[in-house]
Amino acid sequence: MSNLADKILFLPERASTFAERVDNLHYFVVGVTMVSSIAVGLAAVFMFFRYRRRTPNQATEYVVPNLPTEFLFVSVPLVFFLLWFAIGFRDFIFFTTPPKDTYDVYVMGKQWMWKFAYPEGPNGVNVLHVPANRPVRLLITSRDVLHSFYVPAFRIKMDALPGRYTQAWFEATKPGTYQVLCTEYCGLSHSKMLAEVVVLSPEDFEEWLKDQQRGRLAGRQDALADTSLVPPVARMAEQGQKLAGTQGCFKCHTMDGAQHIGPTFLGMYDRMEKLETGQTVRVDEAYITQSMMDPGAHIVSGYKNVMPTFQGKLQGPETAAIVEFIKSLRTANVREGASQGPAYEPIQ
Amino acid sequence: MNPSSSTTADGVLPAHDAHDAHGADHAHPSYLVDGTTIKSWLLTVDHKRIALMYLVWILLFFLVGGIFAMAIRLEMLTPGPTIMDAMTYNRTFTLHGMIMIFLFMIPAIPAVFGNFVLPLMLGAKDVAFPRLNLASLYIYLAGAFLALWGMLNGGLDTGWTFYTPYSTHTTTTVAPVLFGAFIIGFSSIATGLNFIVTIHTMRAPGITWFKLPLFVWALYATSCIQVLATPVIGLLMVIVTGEQLFHFGLFDPARGGDPVLFQHLFWFYSHPAVYIMVLPSFGVMSEVVATYSRKNLFGYRAIAYSSLGIAFVGFFVWGHHMFVSGQSTFDAGVFGVITMLVGVFTAIKVFNWVGTVYKGAVDFKTPFAYFCGFLFFTVFGGMTGIAVATTSLDVHWHDTYFVVAHFHFIMVGATVMAFLASIHYWFPKMFGRVYHEGWGLVAAVFIVLGFNATFIPQFLLGNYGMPRRYFEYPERYQALNVASTAGASLLAFGFVIISVYLTYALVYGRPSGKNPWRSKGYEWISDSPPPTHNFVGPQPTFSEEPHLYVDPKKAEVPNAV
Repeated sequence: MSNLADKILFLPERASTFAERVDNLHYFVVGVTMVSSIAVGLAAVFMFFRYRRRTPNQATEYVVPNLPTEFLFVSVPLVFFLLWFAIGFRDFIFFTTPPKDTYDVYVMGKQWMWKFAYPEGPNGVNVLHVPANRPVRLLITSRDVLHSFYVPAFRIKMDALPGRYTQAWFEATKPGTYQVLCTEYCGLSHSKMLAEVVVLSPEDFEEWLKDQQRGRLAGRQDALADTSLVPPVARMAEQGQKLAGTQGCFKCHTMDGAQHIGPTFLGMYDRMEKLETGQTVRVDEAYITQSMMDPGAHIVSGYKNVMPTFQGKLQGPETAAIVEFIKSLRTANVREGASQGPAYEPIQ
Repeated sequence: MNPSSSTTADGVLPAHDAHDAHGADHAHPSYLVDGTTIKSWLLTVDHKRIALMYLVWILLFFLVGGIFAMAIRLEMLTPGPTIMDAMTYNRTFTLHGMIMIFLFMIPAIPAVFGNFVLPLMLGAKDVAFPRLNLASLYIYLAGAFLALWGMLNGGLDTGWTFYTPYSTHTTTTVAPVLFGAFIIGFSSIATGLNFIVTIHTMRAPGITWFKLPLFVWALYATSCIQVLATPVIGLLMVIVTGEQLFHFGLFDPARGGDPVLFQHLFWFYSHPAVYIMVLPSFGVMSEVVATYSRKNLFGYRAIAYSSLGIAFVGFFVWGHHMFVSGQSTFDAGVFGVITMLVGVFTAIKVFNWVGTVYKGAVDFKTPFAYFCGFLFFTVFGGMTGIAVATTSLDVHWHDTYFVVAHFHFIMVGATVMAFLASIHYWFPKMFGRVYHEGWGLVAAVFIVLGFNATFIPQFLLGNYGMPRRYFEYPERYQALNVASTAGASLLAFGFVIISVYLTYALVYGRPSGKNPWRSKGYEWISDSPPPTHNFVGPQPTFSEEPHLYVDPKKAEVPNAV
């Protein structure tokens, strides 16, 4: 049944949990759309015939709808539309809320390729390896213009924006190779900005990771894997720590929970912070990235707006590495509550 | 049957001809021959002549946009390069979108047919500000030629959406094109203002708000959107031009700007702009369905209020273009649910149009054939709009050919159907001649079938996952692309037929008489073609509601809902 519907509708194969969720609604909506357009069409054809003109100046009855008729006209579509909205929004929330403990991969779009970086160290260009049956979260950014990461078989899509992170997650259901397309127009070779997701069984994925860490890319078949980037075998977090040192982050941020000019990195990730505006914010990838690019946007309560912007100083992968480093300092909540105030007043 | 042959045939009802005493009055020549110098046309303040000049230019731009469309379809015949390179392709689809939207669809129905029939429908001599009306034409042309000049000298490859930061970084000529669009916006605002004032102040005695023809209601709602939303895109065009030339950095993340802010501002205009294009079409169709089924409109007030409803709600749905742009889940939900209301308002209209045919007396003429096509495109296009507004489904469909097919169905399908219906329906009104009905129906079949054959494969391409604006595509998408191009050829052939028989009718067509359709729409009270000031003698009074085809002997009219 659904196979036939897939053929008629030209739907690509389903290879993620989200795809399986969303396609039922797809059948429902498209089915009702077709049935109702045909029904309106048939009603019209019937009436064109039934009420054809018989004399040139024929008089007609004065017909106006009564209130129940108009009520029907409003309520029938409204009920269907709201039902679709409710089901659709439930699935949309599923799509925008990644589960805990996802496997994170950093994705960077640039004209005209996709780069992937894994927390364990390896990098790749245009080929993304992920384990099957495990939630994978993509942290997506762009180095230049807008792009959009689209995997038809997973039914997922998310725009890549320069200077900030967006996220998309999926859980691939079967090993295989699936095409990635860029769906936000990005210039001359927009249509050539293709990549692949290679879904491996969990064991194969572990194996692949180990291979990558050993730097043994040479013998592999996937020619697109970017051997020029080998060996960046250090874990991303280690690269991040190194970068944080060279960029001077530690002048204001500590790693051990001690108070200083800026909030400490220790346990910062995933903490709820109170802002000086009174709002609270969860410290996630997007917030950390924004704080590097536009530090004044959301100041944590009790701190001064003294941090310089790193816009233009940090490339996408470097930002990702620092984010990953901060994430690695995630602890079982060393300290409850928000960060403390700065240790001393900086000289203005 | 030739409609003109039996204008005076005995019928149950007298047409509006009761006070027709000036048919061939030489003291009051028709507007077409009242002044024959070029100057008398170029500097006219007569709304009918201005409408005709708009018509000429708009048809020309439609032709250019259509040629670009065919070029795109030819390029899509094969997965690789077919007839052009990638840069040319990117410029071609940008030009196609720009021309069709800003130069054709936005002004098409209001500036041509609105201009022509609005004063006739109101029993007025002209619009409220005739000189402003003429100025709006020249402002439109100035903007159009600046934009076209920019397109020819360097081209523009951003797509008609000009998303930043690509549009501020591209090496192609963005500034003149955007500035051209900015200027065209003033023309749109001027027309809108003119119509609003005209509708408020120039209705003839007897025309109350709820006796206005529904085309006037649709124009009123459209004008409100034009006046309120166009300044936003004007502002945006200026800012983007500034970004390009002076590096403001408002939308450029490298300077601390926000590219997504651009999308919010852009869609704040461009979503209501969709209703600027489609609401006048709804109005035209209300007139057409009433005339050809000889019926008062079923649910007059429901149709009138739903136009205003669409105009109002249309301002609060822009975020549905941005579900995967990184906007919050909450925002997506709000924009998604409000969008459903637009669907409900449109559904009200559709049901009431079909209801109008009920117990009517249908004369299946060419405009009615376009009404049938329109009905299908509106239902299918509208409901696929609901489908893409369903947040979870849009994640898959966003920026694929599904969206392309959807907006071509609802926006282009409805507008083009209404434009063609208007041309045929008001052809006798404008030129006093009739076209060949048989060819009219043949062409309508080509157009409606061709349109379906072009865009139904594109819906399927979208399901299949083909992104829009792709110069090359993976081979699996080829079969559907070929089908779509074949459909486009049918469509183009239909337009060729129309242009031939309409041109022929313009010169050799038989005189139509005053009211060949025996319509009881208000615009048919004047002569066809009307004299320069529309009505000879004192301003007419309008005692009946429009499209009242009830036998006067049993005219026991209940109050309309």
